[in-house]
Amino acid sequence: MSDTPQTSSPTTSQSAAQSAATGRSATAPRRTALDALHRSLGATMTDFAGWDMPLRYGSERDEHNAVRTRAGLFDLSHMGEFTVTGRAAPSFLDSALVGNIGSIAVGRARYTMICAEDGGILDDLIVYRTAESEYMIVANASNAQTVLDALNERTGDFDAEVRDDREAYALLAIQGPESSGVLASVTDADLDGLKYYAGLPGTVAGVSALIARTGYTGEDGFELFVAPGDAEPLWRALTEAGAEAGLVPCGLACRDTLRLEAGMPLYGHELTAGLTPFDAGLGRVVKFDKPGNGGRFVGREALAEAAERAAGNPPRKLVGLIAEGRRVPRAGYPVVAKGEVIGEVTSGAPSPTLGKPIAMAYVDTAYAEPGTAGVGVDIRGSHEPYEVVALPFYKRQK
Amino acid sequence: MSNPQHLRYSKEHEWLSNAEDGVSTVGITEYAASALGDVVYAQLPEVGSTVTAGETCGELESTKSVSDLYAPVTGEITETNEDVVNDPSLVNSAPFEGGWLFKVRVSEEPDDLLSADEYTEFSGN
Repeated sequence: MSDTPQTSSPTTSQSAAQSAATGRSATAPRRTALDALHRSLGATMTDFAGWDMPLRYGSERDEHNAVRTRAGLFDLSHMGEFTVTGRAAPSFLDSALVGNIGSIAVGRARYTMICAEDGGILDDLIVYRTAESEYMIVANASNAQTVLDALNERTGDFDAEVRDDREAYALLAIQGPESSGVLASVTDADLDGLKYYAGLPGTVAGVSALIARTGYTGEDGFELFVAPGDAEPLWRALTEAGAEAGLVPCGLACRDTLRLEAGMPLYGHELTAGLTPFDAGLGRVVKFDKPGNGGRFVGREALAEAAERAAGNPPRKLVGLIAEGRRVPRAGYPVVAKGEVIGEVTSGAPSPTLGKPIAMAYVDTAYAEPGTAGVGVDIRGSHEPYEVVALPFYKRQK
Repeated sequence: MSNPQHLRYSKEHEWLSNAEDGVSTVGITEYAASALGDVVYAQLPEVGSTVTAGETCGELESTKSVSDLYAPVTGEITETNEDVVNDPSLVNSAPFEGGWLFKVRVSEEPDDLLSADEYTEFSGN
C-alpha cells in the first residue's frame, strides 16, 4: 500500500503521525503550547505551514459529526496574530487592506483580504477592532510572514504601529451547536450579547481571553485568544465542561471538511496570489467607497478593473460539485465536459454530512449554472459524473 | 495495536493469511488503516483477474489521501469483500477481520514476506 505523490506516505515514515496530506517545511516544525497534551491524547500529528498540528485524535468523521451535532475543541495556535495600534490605525488599515476597516465598531470583527498592487490575494484575514485605535489581525499560518511584511511596508507615514503577536497568543476554538452552552458554564461573559463576528475581552475558566464569536466550520462557535501559558488549563477546563454535551477534541482534518461543506475558501486552494477577490466570487469584501485616505488602498486600480471584468463575462466561476459516485475529487484534478477540460478542482473531500464526495472548483462560466448537465471530474483517468451546485453545501439552521 | 501471529505481512503494509486449499485472504494492517485515516472508498481487483506480487491491484481512498493497494503475492483473485465496497469504514474498524479486501489463489509468493514480529519491528508498531 502506498500513497500517490500528492500525499506523504506511511510507507516511508517512521510513524503514522507523519502521514498526512499537507506540505512539509525544511526546518524543524514549531510546536504549540498544547503539543504535549495533543500527544497524550494520542493525536496523529501533521506538519502544517511549519507547525506540528493535530490532524485527528481518532476518526476525523466522528470529529466532523461532533462539531455538526454537539461540540468540538480545536487548537488553532498556528494562526498568525498581529496587533495594530496608533491614532491612524483605522486609516492605515483602510489603505493596507481592501475592506472598510475604519467602519468596524469596537468589539466587532470583519472578514477581509490583503491584496498586492496587481489585485492578487496575499491572504484572507479576520480583523477584530479591540479599541478605538487598536485592531487585531488574524492571518493564515502559511501567509503570516507575508502579511506582516506587507503591513510593515505599507505603514509609511501613518501614525500606526504593527506588532507581531504570534508568540503572544495561543488560539483555541470551540465550535458546534452546544459550544455556547459549554462556554457559558465556564465564563461570566455575556455570550448572549455577543453576536456572530463580535469579540470582547473576558475571563474563561479563570483565564484572560479575547472571546470572539467566529469560526471556520459553518456552526455557531467561539475562538479564544489566550496567553500560551494559559492554553493548557483552558483546554482542560473546556474538555471537562463539555464532557456531558459530548464535546471532543478535533483536528485539522475535520476542520477542512467542515469549512468545505460550509463553502468557505482556503488560501492556497480557492484563493491565491494569482486571483483577485472578484475571481473568487468574493468581490463584496472590496470596498471602493471607503472614506479613509480618499478611497485609496493598495490594489485599488487593478481591483476596479477586476470588478468590471467580473460584472461583464468572467472566464471562470467558483462552484460546488457533488459526486454521483463514490470517488473523491482532489485539488488539481481537471473538471471535464464533452471530453474537454473546463475547470479545475480546488478542494475536494468526502462529505460526512452529505454522505457523498464534494468539491469546490473553478469552471468555465458556460458550465457554472447549478444543474448544468454533463459535468464530470477526471479522477486519475476516469471521468466521474458530478452535479454542479451553488455554494455552500451546508447551511446550519439558525 | 498488535499484529496477529498467524498472518504474514508485506512491506507495503498488507497482511496475508495462510493458504486454505491454495487460497489466501489479504487485507491491510491496523497500522496502515490508522495511517490512512477514515477509509471512504475501496477499489478492489476484479474476481478472475491475475495480480502480481509487488504490483498495484486497486486503491484505498481516505478523507485526506489516495493509496495504491499492492498485491502481496501473485495469483488469481477468487473473491472480493463486497461488505468493504459498501462500507469502507470496516477497513478501519476491523482491518484484520471484517475489513479483509480480497482472496487470491496463490501461484507464487515473494521471499520477502515478514512474520508478525518482523512486521512489528519494521513498522514500529
